[in-house]
Amino acid sequence: MTETVVTPPSGRTVRKAAPGEARTPRRSGRRRVALPYLLLLPALLLELLVHLVPMLMGITMSFRELTQFYIRNWSEAPWTAFDNYSVAIDFDAPVGQALLKSFLTTCTFTVLSVGLCWLLGTAAAVFLQENFRGRGFLRTLFLVPYALPVYAAVITWAFMFQRDNGLVNHVLHDQLGIGDSPAFWLIGDNSFWALLVVSVWKGWPFAFLTVMAGLQNIPRDMYEAAALDGAGVWKQIRHITLPSLRSVNQVLVLVLFLWTFNDFNTPFVLFGKAAPEAADLISLHIYQSSFQTWNFGTGSAMSVLLLLFLLVVTGVYLLLTTRGRKTSDV
Amino acid sequence: MRRIRAAVTGAVTLSLVLTATACGGGEDSGSSPKTLTYWASNQGASLEVDKKVLQPELDQFEKETGIKVKLEVIPWSDLLNRILTATTSGQGPDVLNIGNTWSASLQSTGALLPWDAKNFGAVGGKDRFVDSALGSTGVPGQDPAAVPLYSMAYALYYNKQLFKEAGIAQPPTTWDEVVEAGKKLGAKGKNGIGVEGSNLSNNIHQVFVLGKQHGADFFTADGRPDFTSDGAVAAVKQYVDLMAAQKIVAPGNAEYAQNQSLSDFAKNKTGMVLWQTPSQTFSAQGMGPDEWGVAPAPVPSGKPGTGKQTNSMVAGINLAVFKNTKNLDGALKFVKYMTSDEEQIALNKAYGSVPPVKSAQQDAAFADPSLAVIRDTLATSAAALPQVPEESQFETVVGTAVKELFADAAAGRPVTTESVRAKLEKAQQQMPKK
Repeated sequence: MTETVVTPPSGRTVRKAAPGEARTPRRSGRRRVALPYLLLLPALLLELLVHLVPMLMGITMSFRELTQFYIRNWSEAPWTAFDNYSVAIDFDAPVGQALLKSFLTTCTFTVLSVGLCWLLGTAAAVFLQENFRGRGFLRTLFLVPYALPVYAAVITWAFMFQRDNGLVNHVLHDQLGIGDSPAFWLIGDNSFWALLVVSVWKGWPFAFLTVMAGLQNIPRDMYEAAALDGAGVWKQIRHITLPSLRSVNQVLVLVLFLWTFNDFNTPFVLFGKAAPEAADLISLHIYQSSFQTWNFGTGSAMSVLLLLFLLVVTGVYLLLTTRGRKTSDV
Repeated sequence: MRRIRAAVTGAVTLSLVLTATACGGGEDSGSSPKTLTYWASNQGASLEVDKKVLQPELDQFEKETGIKVKLEVIPWSDLLNRILTATTSGQGPDVLNIGNTWSASLQSTGALLPWDAKNFGAVGGKDRFVDSALGSTGVPGQDPAAVPLYSMAYALYYNKQLFKEAGIAQPPTTWDEVVEAGKKLGAKGKNGIGVEGSNLSNNIHQVFVLGKQHGADFFTADGRPDFTSDGAVAAVKQYVDLMAAQKIVAPGNAEYAQNQSLSDFAKNKTGMVLWQTPSQTFSAQGMGPDEWGVAPAPVPSGKPGTGKQTNSMVAGINLAVFKNTKNLDGALKFVKYMTSDEEQIALNKAYGSVPPVKSAQQDAAFADPSLAVIRDTLATSAAALPQVPEESQFETVVGTAVKELFADAAAGRPVTTESVRAKLEKAQQQMPKK
């Protein structure tokens, strides 16, 4: 039962059968084909159970009139074909209008949040590449928001954003004297900025961590060579660091985008059940459309639309970035 | 080879076991005839207080009947969602507390046991309960979805020290007097009256009563939403104008949703609040019972009554039995126990509410002046919130509209009849189509 493993330069692993095994090449060949699938089976079954089944149920629900009168026995809920969808995307009626507004708010919010998270994370990771006193401490400190439980962290922010007793207004208004009267952060238009601050605070350590890991793979000789050729810090970052981080960034931006776009916890803990219009993110909006008004059919239809949108964005993004990378690699 | 085969078998078995256990979770909940699961709402100053109040009573019940009650106190923010989830999955408690305004909405889901003559008979009959409390147990003409457990009503609570400092001799009885008192308090640098602008349910309770005073209901007689009538618009505007026009509510109240107005009151920042049973919270905030006074909530004429002189909703908690219970007999016994005179007196006393059971109401414990106001209000000038299946949605959409109007007022934007009507119009369009 000995096997020799040869790794060719292409990186692909080829197994060579030992002489004694040559008797039954077919059977063992089939086994080898089956083995990875069998090992994947548990993961596959669990994936079906925890992700696909609820998703399929959600899709089914979106075609039914699942209101409070039917939630006790779903199977009795009448089929409504595309009624729930037409309610959701009728942008002349209030439900559709509110959904569209929430969608646009979410898009703006996501672009800003992901952009800032990436910028802060990358900047911090690059600066912490240099070895200096206190680097370990700063690295730990920067990761704290990522390690805190979301609920505890966001509820603290909610306290800090309170108008009359919050720390934010205490600093901005009482000490720095900005504005005639203390601003509201948890209601009204400012709530968007409050949400953005919390989201960036919560999200950038992940960008920092990922970019920091990516930086470890860039050989130091490249920087030394570039320095010898007279490249300054900015040139090194532009021509060595960023191109080398390309594949890391590809995944990082995608993941941050999906997390931010779908984020439910942050707005829910910050604003409660009814988010102010300026910060009405889509996941909270869908929650309110289903749980608060007890209309799970329309809520599901909105969820399916969101799923389709995210699938399309992800697909297009991967297509564009991967194609770009292939051509640049050549 | 054998090792691989073993690994494969192991992996497949493990995955099957995991799948099977994942499917099999959560089947055991109170199916034994000797146990009951009870979801209590949060009535005391904290969940811990509730456990301390309720557990001895449940122990007593176990002693008498041999049935063990598993208690879970659920915060208000979760209760309705938990009930909806239990309804959807069929896995829930045997007996549960519901806010009485949800009765009709939950009744329409079919999740709760209807209280027909036979079930009422098992707990001593429908006649034991006060009429106004029975008016908030479901759609009129149908078997109630629950029985009343605790009754409450709104009243005007005032801070005696601040009233004295501002030279206000008598608590106000009309809205004009409220505004006048508020301005006097304002002149002393205090806030007139506190509101919870971001608390959707509280907003609804207040504008519902003001709606009554303007002769408006938020639903037509056949149960259709009617949020934009002149009376409804005037009611909402009058409430928000306490901040926007009269300026007797501090702008910061627009974001209150966690009883901050009660702490302001206890900390001598605010002179008045309209509230239901705040005495426990006051004492938890360090305010003694002789530092605050209570008067009937204001009405246009100064004399509470029915119709346009309504000054409170019928607030309260109902006790319901989950239809899926496997221990119906035990559940009925438990409801009978909780609505018995003795338990009614003990529990309502602990929570500062009034018993909805006639015979228990006569107890000396409820003759205290502060509770007498509540009892009189319930008996003569309180009205039940609309008993329609869409009540829960009404709370959400109109409550949100009032919250947004308060946000406008707090930011200094004008609140006009048109802007109020536009918000209510939008709210009405979000209601389910019939």
